[in-house]
Amino acid sequence: MKVLLRNPRREIEVEGGRTVGRLLDELDLDRESHLVMRNGTLVPGDARLDDSDVVEVRPVISGG
Amino acid sequence: MNQSKCRVCRGPAVIDLPRHNANFCAEHLQQLCRRQVEKAIHDHDMLSPDDRILVAVSGGKDSLAVWDLLAELGYRADGLYIGLGIGTYSDTSGQYAQAFADERELELITIDLRETYGYDIPTASKATGRVPCSACGLSKRHLFDRAALDGGYDVVVTGHNLDDEAAVLFGNTLRWDIDYLARQLPVLPAAEGFPKKVKPLVRLTERETAAWCIVRGIDYLLDECPMAHGNRHLAYKEALNAVEARSPGSKAAFYHGFIERMAPLLADRVDAGVELHRCESCGSPTTGDVCAFCRVVATASTHDPVPVEVVLNKAARKAYLAQMQEIS
Ligand code: SF4
Ligand SMILES: [Zn+2]
Ligand SMILES: [Zn+2]
Repeated sequence: MKVLLRNPRREIEVEGGRTVGRLLDELDLDRESHLVMRNGTLVPGDARLDDSDVVEVRPVISGG
Repeated sequence: MNQSKCRVCRGPAVIDLPRHNANFCAEHLQQLCRRQVEKAIHDHDMLSPDDRILVAVSGGKDSLAVWDLLAELGYRADGLYIGLGIGTYSDTSGQYAQAFADERELELITIDLRETYGYDIPTASKATGRVPCSACGLSKRHLFDRAALDGGYDVVVTGHNLDDEAAVLFGNTLRWDIDYLARQLPVLPAAEGFPKKVKPLVRLTERETAAWCIVRGIDYLLDECPMAHGNRHLAYKEALNAVEARSPGSKAAFYHGFIERMAPLLADRVDAGVELHRCESCGSPTTGDVCAFCRVVATASTHDPVPVEVVLNKAARKAYLAQMQEIS
């Protein structure tokens, strides 16, 4: 699957299905600071991501 | 596929909220956000139905979320956007704010620092020797107060959320800064020369305000102000989120416990302020002869314009230049 990350903006390829929660753990990203969208729709931590999905991991913490 | 279900309607959930020990669909996430905002407004007596409200709009998720929520709840709220002249960050944030206002037919007032006052934040920082956020905060506070009073608004709304407030509280507590703690309230009443100021999002985390924007289709600026890079505020947020991950609900307990049980004990420190008189040049309340804003204007507007990267520290400059490359 394609995974879009931000700050800095970059795209990585991850092989094999897994849950949102597991993807965040593997990327060492904290659940409280991120939201995940699958093909443009917001999904919860136990949602399953498959190889054909386009995933966006959006940080929600601002420093202002 | 056994994706979790909404606590209210059992439909497919879009978000898990560990602090509520529940999952919500898009519709019931919105219901939760509306109710939390209504509760904050009600509990702290923030707004009346016929108030004229001025929302401080930055183009980021929180200010657009609070404006959207207030409009939805039937309040009369205009926005004020200040063009700070912080490179492309400012150009883009202004576009997001304007696009949101246009789409919802809301009134957005815009003040451009450079156009109206002859300076921008990087130049003010360089010219006055203040750190950028100090020059910026001071300028914004002054202009919001001014715009609210001149425009006949009853109250200024800001998009500070639970994470923002908990992080500031954490910092103030680490330093036991009693005067700042005493003033860290979700409502600041109006005073001579100052409008009332309220924070209706104090019961929502920033993950929740971001989710609100996503499910409402609000396009907001994802990039951060380059000046915020690696600041202390962010470090406090990370620390609190590490606690939150182990013990959901901690941030809310920390902040709301303070407001309910500690802030009342500090109440008598709040107006122990110094006497204020009118600024000779603009008439705003100040302790000196000329207010801090007018002094910044005098110094910065005669200084040659300074580009953003000049006032960034090394790490922030690196991040900023990387971001610039992405855009081009
Ligand atoms: S991070 Fe600092 S300079 Fe940037 S908008 Fe916020 S206060 Fe202003
Ligand atoms: Zn539901
Ligand atoms: Zn003045």
